[in-house]
Amino acid sequence: MRPPLREIDRPLVAVVLALAAYGLATLYSAGQTDVPTFVETIWRKQLIWLAMGIIATVLMFRASPRLLEWATPYAYAISVVVLIWTLFAGVGAGTAASERSWLALGGVRLGQPAEIAKLAVVLMLARWLAEQREPPATLRHLVYLPFPFPFIGRPAGAPVLCPCLIAGIPSFLVFKQPDLGSSMVFVAILFTMLYWAGTRISLLVLLGSPVIGLVLAFSTVAWGAWILVLIALLIWWRPYVWEGLAVMLANLIMGVVAVPFWQRLAPYQQNRLLAFLNPQEDPRATGWHVIQSKIAIGSGGFLGQGFLHGPQKRLAFLPAQFTDFIFSVVGEELGFLGVLVALALFAALIFILIRIARRATDPYSSLCVFGVTGMLFTHMLENIGMTVNLLPITGIPLPFFSYGGSFLLACFMGVGISLRVAWESRQSGYAEL
Amino acid sequence: MSSFHPHLLDRRVRLARGVVWGALATLVIVFFRTQILEHSAFQLQSETNRLRPIPLPAPRGIITDRNGKILAENVTGYTVSLLPAADEDSLRATLHRLAPIVKLDSQAIARVLVRYRRTPYLPIAVLPSATFDVVSALEERRLLFPGLLIQAEPKRYYPDSGLASHLVGYVGELTEAERSQQRVAAVRLGGLLGKDGLEREYDDSLRGYDGVRFVEVSALGHVVREAPPASRLAPVPGKPLHTTIDLDLQHYIAQIFPAGHRGAVLAMNPNTGEILALYSAPGFDPNAFVGGVDPEYWRRLNESEAHPLFDRTIKGRYPPGSTWKLAVAAMALKRGIVTLHSHMPIPCRGGLQYGNRFFRCWSGAGHGDLSLADAIAQSCDVYFYQLGLKLGLTSLLEDATALGFRSPTRIDLPDEKTGLFPGGTDYYDRVYGPRRWTSAVTLNLAIGQGENAQTLVNMVRFYQMLASDGRARAPYLVRPAPGPEATLGLTPDQLTGLRQAMISVVERGTARGAARFGGSIAIAGKTGTAQNPHGPAHGWFIGFAPADKPEIVVGAIVEFAREGPFVAPLVTRVIGRYLGVDTTVASNVRIVLPTDTAPHPMQLLPGPPAEDTTIPPLDTGVTPPPPPPVDTGHAAPAPGNR
Repeated sequence: MRPPLREIDRPLVAVVLALAAYGLATLYSAGQTDVPTFVETIWRKQLIWLAMGIIATVLMFRASPRLLEWATPYAYAISVVVLIWTLFAGVGAGTAASERSWLALGGVRLGQPAEIAKLAVVLMLARWLAEQREPPATLRHLVYLPFPFPFIGRPAGAPVLCPCLIAGIPSFLVFKQPDLGSSMVFVAILFTMLYWAGTRISLLVLLGSPVIGLVLAFSTVAWGAWILVLIALLIWWRPYVWEGLAVMLANLIMGVVAVPFWQRLAPYQQNRLLAFLNPQEDPRATGWHVIQSKIAIGSGGFLGQGFLHGPQKRLAFLPAQFTDFIFSVVGEELGFLGVLVALALFAALIFILIRIARRATDPYSSLCVFGVTGMLFTHMLENIGMTVNLLPITGIPLPFFSYGGSFLLACFMGVGISLRVAWESRQSGYAEL
Repeated sequence: MSSFHPHLLDRRVRLARGVVWGALATLVIVFFRTQILEHSAFQLQSETNRLRPIPLPAPRGIITDRNGKILAENVTGYTVSLLPAADEDSLRATLHRLAPIVKLDSQAIARVLVRYRRTPYLPIAVLPSATFDVVSALEERRLLFPGLLIQAEPKRYYPDSGLASHLVGYVGELTEAERSQQRVAAVRLGGLLGKDGLEREYDDSLRGYDGVRFVEVSALGHVVREAPPASRLAPVPGKPLHTTIDLDLQHYIAQIFPAGHRGAVLAMNPNTGEILALYSAPGFDPNAFVGGVDPEYWRRLNESEAHPLFDRTIKGRYPPGSTWKLAVAAMALKRGIVTLHSHMPIPCRGGLQYGNRFFRCWSGAGHGDLSLADAIAQSCDVYFYQLGLKLGLTSLLEDATALGFRSPTRIDLPDEKTGLFPGGTDYYDRVYGPRRWTSAVTLNLAIGQGENAQTLVNMVRFYQMLASDGRARAPYLVRPAPGPEATLGLTPDQLTGLRQAMISVVERGTARGAARFGGSIAIAGKTGTAQNPHGPAHGWFIGFAPADKPEIVVGAIVEFAREGPFVAPLVTRVIGRYLGVDTTVASNVRIVLPTDTAPHPMQLLPGPPAEDTTIPPLDTGVTPPPPPPVDTGHAAPAPGNR
């Protein structure tokens, strides 16, 4: 079946092409520095990746959701295997050529498999959640082990992997790479998709409470207050007794393991978090990125320093100006106006995707699109937020802007899936209710 | 699939949209705050990031002589400096890479680092005067040296180098110690300022005001381009300095000064106080100090026996010897104790018995019975012993103070030394103890020995009073110091008589030059011999001419000259040159002089105080050498080859 192109979702295509063009122009500008580097011509490579991304979009658009649903477990399994392989190859005797080039750029993320794995996790979670008759109502539905075991073993009739493991396994593997940012993206995808599947907010809070407990454990007072709040919530929401106890136990354990966990983080990860709290503490080293980024954005003013003419970028004060901090180039050269335009485009993209997810013909399609939405939104919010020190620095790229083929491919594939889903709902004569 | 019922989905969509709106609104607010509200602060930070101020040194004012000839000017030279790096380690690495090209040793690198620590925000001069070869070698390898800055800057240049070094002085970089003085608060660290001579005395007007320009640097410290010219502030050149020096005369003095001798010559217009020539030997090369002195040259200057940096005209103190007798005569005349025709009770028989001691005259044969005028002409010691006693110690000390022998001449040069002379009899009480000394000290004081040491400039100023109307005029090079001046208090007749008594030199020049003076010039003058415990005596001669209406007074002292008359031809030739007499042919010059060899000073009391009677000029007068400049002085030309 060959889908007619006139039925395609034109707003989505327009917004994605606009973002891709905006991103490519910014990437071109990012290479125009006074001391020329290899970044000068990197936009050409990105152009090739864009072409490949459009091909991937077309391919995903051609693939029926049913085919996708069938292929999902295989795609997921392959992703996990590749992640494991990457982990060992990275630790062991060398890495794949593309990964080596990433490392040579000074980037700390190990992108290629991880970025595709994000999409695979979206598909896998969509399939798991679509199989459920009811949205997960208890923690038992979300957290269980794949083998029969009292209390935490697999309930009868449930799929082998629980949602937490579906997202947790790649997340853990990516965390071990180590890429804290991307591993948190898996968590974000899990929560957005659970939400879209109709899981109660209270359940999500209980599920996420150990993470909150982990973060708050660095302040004894805050952690103690959080435990009290949690007790109150448990009394208010009245989950199963065993689940309530498990949540309490998990939070208490997090309070205990917080310090060892902190110590296990790589020094640069610790420094990033510390620099987020106080960039001026070590302005030459850890705080350098965020300080220079804020200077670039702040000096942009309303109209910016002019396309290609940002001094912070030109004189190489702005670090990673073609990957993680590419949005600072937008802020410096095109000013607040350019930022507003970019944010408007991203907002349009997110709202269009939400609309498509809302109108999807079946739960699997809907969950896929919303998962892609959650992934893009998380990347956008975190990447842009870190350039103004709203969020701590992580190495996750900005969709359609940052240089990097694998994530661009993942984004375009997500767009391709969404286009197909939108097309399907139009074909079925779905009208907005 | 109840959970995907459109009604339920719509609820979730609303919440999801709300979350997205909230996140976007937060981002917009944060960006608005950063880009609009805090824009100026970040703009400033961005400029601080990339713009580096580069001082543009102001050209110092030129120094000219009275006829507009150049004593000090500026030439263009290249300065190699480094912009401050992010930290000291990267700077050190750059310096080590630079070392083979600009010939830096580890000491020089250490000096550069010291300077970096002092002013981490300013460019650090690595090579203050680079040759064109070095500049082009560096330009080729520019990418290797982040922060490399080569700037054409005005450099001080002294065309006559050593001839007027003490007069003009030299320049050097401001040091930390000088920074604390209020005088130079306007100078940045590392900026140039005058260190001696006129350069120091008139530094404020010579210095001008440095300008500044800005360059853009990259994060790696490379200079990328010049900042917009709007941010440039042009330097204000220093004001020129017009001095009273006659460079021609100065040249001549340097030329005829006995080679290898130490001493000084000072020429002055007696009617105005203008200094016509100021020469101290040996000199130094002030050009060697431009852009930092070579440590080796600095060491040689300071370790030299001859102390070339020491200005013997205003800092060297010597016992005035017989040149002092005119001062005693003037005091006595003023007080009316004697006239020019008065005789002393005891005629000169080669000495004078005073108490239980015999004070000898320099002439063992004796001068016989003399009038004051004759005693001056023949420099009779016995006459002046008696004149001193007649005047009395108290009057002698009082009048010497009034005549300025205990005060500076206030010449406009830095660090002038004051003459040493007892201020009153309490000096002797303090040194020898009350009632342990006798008025015999008067005898020594009367003939310019004893507790008396004067600078050349102070003695010349005294002779200037004799040569003019009796009023002192502050000697000056640019501007006279204001204030009351001493006066001799003599009548014109007495002055004329004293001058007449001093006409001891008659110089006949050739018809060409001396025609103005009817073929001959009468030079009034007085020799002096200063006893020197360290070797041969120092010779003085101070004279002025024409004797009847003096236009120039010249004083000279030559260390270890053995006796005063040795110095007289030097002075007469200077005077002759100034007045236009051709003195190059020795046969044209006839000098008639009494041979005046000072007697050995009478040892009045045993013990150390006797040492004070003759003050070794170099031990008391030499200032401690200033701290060596912390410069890297690579291109300093080899000194002393003139």
